[in-house]
Amino acid sequence: MARFLSVTISGLSGGMIYAAVALSLVLIWRATRVVNFAQGAMAMFTTYLAYTVFEHGGSYWLGFVVALLSGLLLGAFVERVLVRPVETGPPLNAVVVTLGVFIFLQALAGLLFGGRFRSFPTPFSNKNYNFGNVSTLSPFEIFVIVAVAVVAVLLYVLFQYTDVGLRMRAAAFQGEVARMLGVRVGQMLTLGWALAAVAGSLAGVLVAPSVFLHPNNMDGVFVFGFTAAVIGGLDSPVGAIVGGLGLGVLLSYVASYFGGDLQTMSALVVLVLVLMVRPNGLFSTTATRRV
Amino acid sequence: MSALPVPLTRRGPLRYTLVRHLMYALLAAVLLLVLTSSVSAYRDFQIANVGYYVVAVAGLTVLTGLNGQISLGHGALMMVGAYTAALLLERDNPLPTTVVMVLCVVVTAVVGALVGAAAARLRGPYLAGATLAFAVGLPGLTSHYAGTLGGDNGLTVLTGPPPASLGVDFAPERWQAWITLSGALITLVLLANLASSRVGRSFRAVRDDEVSAELAGIHVARTQVLAFVVSAACAGLAGGLLALVSGQATPGAFTVALSLALLAGAVLGGLGSLAGAVYGAIALVALPALSSNASDRFDFGTDVKSNLPLLVYGALLVIVMLAAPQGLQGGVRRLLGLVRGGPSAPVRNDPVTDAVPEVSVTTPER
Repeated sequence: MARFLSVTISGLSGGMIYAAVALSLVLIWRATRVVNFAQGAMAMFTTYLAYTVFEHGGSYWLGFVVALLSGLLLGAFVERVLVRPVETGPPLNAVVVTLGVFIFLQALAGLLFGGRFRSFPTPFSNKNYNFGNVSTLSPFEIFVIVAVAVVAVLLYVLFQYTDVGLRMRAAAFQGEVARMLGVRVGQMLTLGWALAAVAGSLAGVLVAPSVFLHPNNMDGVFVFGFTAAVIGGLDSPVGAIVGGLGLGVLLSYVASYFGGDLQTMSALVVLVLVLMVRPNGLFSTTATRRV
Repeated sequence: MSALPVPLTRRGPLRYTLVRHLMYALLAAVLLLVLTSSVSAYRDFQIANVGYYVVAVAGLTVLTGLNGQISLGHGALMMVGAYTAALLLERDNPLPTTVVMVLCVVVTAVVGALVGAAAARLRGPYLAGATLAFAVGLPGLTSHYAGTLGGDNGLTVLTGPPPASLGVDFAPERWQAWITLSGALITLVLLANLASSRVGRSFRAVRDDEVSAELAGIHVARTQVLAFVVSAACAGLAGGLLALVSGQATPGAFTVALSLALLAGAVLGGLGSLAGAVYGAIALVALPALSSNASDRFDFGTDVKSNLPLLVYGALLVIVMLAAPQGLQGGVRRLLGLVRGGPSAPVRNDPVTDAVPEVSVTTPER
């Protein structure tokens, strides 16, 4: 029982990271109806930038800020320059473009930083607090949960209570009408991608200490984030967070009771099951498309 | 293979698609026989690599170009084929190579059916995500079942020498090239026939408009699963051939990067055309070789050497999609169209990029 509790609790911080990736995918999906397959690679790349800051003697927090800011710029660049021309075309073309960005960034990281596994620092201790024989979260894991929660709340406030948020929602929901009412739709979509990429970069910095930094190491995290987003319906930020937490706990059980090598395959099983039972996810509110 | 517009007034046995495709294949076989016999062993090895890439990229072309589904898991499906071959050839009395290859196809088709059964539900980005999960997750199984699958070191594939009838000093590379090229030609003939058959037409119908296809009596879900299974079977054969050529099956050879490289090959050649798949496959062998030469000459080091081809694939995927979505074969068709008089030469197998009809309302600048 003690082990079960420990495993459950340790799944929560992983789940929050998947939730951050899922959140970035959901934001992009809502804005442009594109799944950004490059999100994992973009986060990996900005995490390497943070690492470079540490290498040159910068503090953890400076690296943290650099990662988030470079994520912002990278997200805006990818949308404005690469995705915009194919946004209105067949959906497959946009997917192929994001895949191109994915493999390009992975190769670029390998080229610039090499293929070695690098350990990534944590700003707080990684030692778990224990209650009796139940081991719970470490200070760093608490930081992970709080950081993602803060970003999620900030995004919520931005979208629900600010003028920019309203314009972004309008641009995503009814581009034509929003444009007629004076909303700069293009700018809003770029901003949406930029903000989403910040959430992704946050996930990269937070997950790096536990998976080590390597050009391919965000692949798995991206798959988990995608699964979490699909559980939530790809359309619902709340669903993304709940999906991320649920998946994190589930994968923690899988890793602990069956072996860590099976985590990705079990995410695939979850993904297929969710889509079989509720193709629009557990939280989606949009009407089902029936053929 | 069937990329050129065919006049409707053909006489003689050439009016039969099958006869025509077999004739092209025979012609290609003769040319390839001459080619493989006149080049060095290293070139033969490269040609052998092109052979299995053709099989894999052609399979992906059928799925993406003809049926409009995208798979990021074809590298992993190749892994299924390669490990099937390795396990079958490991035994004391191994089966003949042909039988092993057929079994690779069957096993991978079954796995593909399992993954693809979900394809009926998983359209567009969902299928891409699910197959990506498959590609990321499958190599992990080798370390989980390290006992049978050999962990990170993988399995050694025991391949026999070329048959004695070819002579004692017959280069094994040439023999390997013959094996993979036979596989490639058989695959191309079968796929070309499939593409111009009723089944191929239903693939395209589903790609272009699911609702209309369903109204026309096509079972959409079944068609999508079938396309995925056909495509997976090709990947299985490609994987088996790869195992024969490389002499091993290791998880490190079947990363997500391989799946994306296959997609890059298909997109570069031009989705929806089997001829494009051949160009794409050649590019997949030529680019790493070129990058390796350049790295050696300028002394770039291994990090650059191993990543340069992937960098180019990534750039190509983006650039082709933005600038020339019909790929190399699209350019070839346009040239042929000009030669034949006028830009309005009919284009058969429409690439996927035409799948969604353009909305005639002009989109305002954002």
